[in-house]
Amino acid sequence: MASDLGELIAGIPPLLASHLALVLVALAVAIAIGIPLAVVLARRPRIAGPVLTVAGAIQTIPGLALLALMVPLLAASHGLGLGLSSFGFAPAAIALTLYALLPILQNAITGLRGVDAATVEAARGMGLAPGQLLRLVELPLAAPVIAAGIRTASVWTVGAATLATPIGQPCLGTYIFAGLQTRNWAMLLVGVVIAAALALILDAILAATERAVSRRPRGRVAVPGGVLVALIAAIFAVPRLLGPPATTAAAPVTTAAAAAQVTQVRIGAKTFTEQYILAELLRQRLAARGLPADVVSSLGSNVVYDALRRGDLDVYVDYSGTLWTNQLARDRGAPRWQILSEVEGHVAREHVRSLGPLGFQNAYALAVRRDTAQNLGLRALGDLAPHAGTLALGADYEFLSRREWTAVRTTYGLGFGRTASFDPALLYEAVARGEVDAISAFSSDGRIAAYDLVVLDDPAAALPSYDAMILLGPRVTDDARVLCALGPLRDALPVDLVRRANLMVDHDHATPKAAAAWLLGQAKVVETCPP
Amino acid sequence: MIELAGVYKRYGRDGGWAVHDATLTVGDGELVAVLGESGSGKTTLLKMINRLLDPDRGSVRVAGKDVRAEDPVALRRTMGYVIQHAGLLPHLSVGDNVAMVPRLLRWPAADITRRVDELLALVELPPATYRARFPDQLSGGQRQRVGVARALAARPRVLLLDEPFGALDPITRVALQAELRKLHRELALTTLLVTHDMAEALGLADRVVVMCAGEIRQIATPRALVTAPADDYVARLVDVVRTQRGQLDALEARDGA
Repeated sequence: MASDLGELIAGIPPLLASHLALVLVALAVAIAIGIPLAVVLARRPRIAGPVLTVAGAIQTIPGLALLALMVPLLAASHGLGLGLSSFGFAPAAIALTLYALLPILQNAITGLRGVDAATVEAARGMGLAPGQLLRLVELPLAAPVIAAGIRTASVWTVGAATLATPIGQPCLGTYIFAGLQTRNWAMLLVGVVIAAALALILDAILAATERAVSRRPRGRVAVPGGVLVALIAAIFAVPRLLGPPATTAAAPVTTAAAAAQVTQVRIGAKTFTEQYILAELLRQRLAARGLPADVVSSLGSNVVYDALRRGDLDVYVDYSGTLWTNQLARDRGAPRWQILSEVEGHVAREHVRSLGPLGFQNAYALAVRRDTAQNLGLRALGDLAPHAGTLALGADYEFLSRREWTAVRTTYGLGFGRTASFDPALLYEAVARGEVDAISAFSSDGRIAAYDLVVLDDPAAALPSYDAMILLGPRVTDDARVLCALGPLRDALPVDLVRRANLMVDHDHATPKAAAAWLLGQAKVVETCPP
Repeated sequence: MIELAGVYKRYGRDGGWAVHDATLTVGDGELVAVLGESGSGKTTLLKMINRLLDPDRGSVRVAGKDVRAEDPVALRRTMGYVIQHAGLLPHLSVGDNVAMVPRLLRWPAADITRRVDELLALVELPPATYRARFPDQLSGGQRQRVGVARALAARPRVLLLDEPFGALDPITRVALQAELRKLHRELALTTLLVTHDMAEALGLADRVVVMCAGEIRQIATPRALVTAPADDYVARLVDVVRTQRGQLDALEARDGA
């Protein structure tokens, strides 16, 4: 436990540095856009109204949604020849900039409009040119209100930046997401406390700057300029002080770079325990072959595949059924072999290489408590149909909007009385405690057995099969070291071992790292390359 | 020095004339008061001289040159401008307020420092005490003194004042009026003073311009105004001062009795 804590603490500086870099870049850009825009808009109330409405509307989009929205938008912008990565730093920084814009814009407009008209008129009468009027009179007089807007924006941005994790930007949210998923409360707490402390410290620094600047005896320097300079200086100074910024301040990978020898492999992981364990398992296998790698975890399902396809990530484990529905857009199940071969063919056309199935499935299934199954005589999904109207279904965030659910619902005629979305980490407890009657479960999840749940049969094969498979991105498809390290994992991980590894983390509070090491020790890996 | 010829000004297309056919000459070294109620067009008239406003018709000439041909910013720096409540910049010290225009004109720093002290002494604010103070640490009268010092900083030949003493208590007002008269004479300024106070106009000005509803009703010396008002409106304005004097006399007579 002590070494776990040590590891936790050692992980903080790079996460803090990339969190801070993200926040400061977003704030600096929002200031650089917001204040000049406010200067223009303060004199044009007719345009200011609509612009503030738009900025206000952006503000109402939940932070996570806004961040997620940037990924397809930036991906679409690739067609326009913009060289921005749609993964990691760029989409996160853009979304947070939009987020920070409203308070800065709103306060700057309010501040500039609030400057006493007679004072401005007197200054004009003295012979100040419009630019001098702005610099020497209007901005300094509006400065306290503008600074308050910047402080509001900074606190919001520190908080919202924790949500950048699922789109591939390491930040304090990485601890929060992973801590929640793996029920590592120490990790979760560290992430939350440091983010809160960062917000308070940043606010205090800005407040102190504001006070120092307003006490300044003469007003030759525009106040926001000073704040901006300080922030930008901090962006460049702080990450250097805290150590190298975490990996995926992702430089977009070019074809030239792909040809070069990869020195650092980037492993992706989605937002659930098994993924953390498998990512760690891949890392350990690569490390054993002398290939350093790092893990970008808690990524959204579509984000992670797109990032791999574009070379922002090099390797992760996906599931044939997920790719079948998301990438091939199939809405019906099919025999297992057909799904596997069609998926492998599809990804190959996108220069992604499959290393074949790992030996277990993590399929969507509906599970109920044993007593529910016995009382209602439930064995297969079809048995649910007459009772569904009085039952509540709990599902993870994705399930209810996925094609699999549509397929199950229409095939078996299931109309649940109530449906609720849960964080996957809380799903099993919710059904065990009776908050819901059935849940969307994963067939490799150790908690099915731990909570004594019954998985309902799917005789009509409405749900596709979900073979876990390692996918390689374009940088490493032909890298011999990667193939030697990861190729032997094919068919090496039977489902009972994976379930037990999952349970170690979900139930017994082991770290994904420890579970991965245990799983590797148990797995029947047959090496194909000389050591 | 200042010549207005057939000047018209209105705000917006549909409004009435704020200034209607104003013609006025202010001679070199003269102190002229423009008197009128609020809305009479007196402030509009003043602002057309330093181009805070431009006339719709007619011409404004200063020192023989049409102001429309000049850059408004450069033009304003050659004229002092004082408004009610002084309009000091609250974030700058007294010294920095006074130094503003010389700085904009890029005077050498040493000259600016000397000039600021000289001006503060001129308006009877000891520089050592007041230079570093901020406007909110001053009384209304002191603020207005700083306003005058600031207006005079770049040695203008023309001084434009818009109700400079309107917000001051009577004792301070009278003291500042006397000092303005003195500065005007000593510095050989050409001064245009906008006021709604007939007593101030009569006591201070070489000539008084009476405005009503955008039109100039009379231009005359204070004496001529009192003895030969051009119309009923001017006569009524003069009567106000007369009535006040009568009330004072009556009070004194009663005291003496």
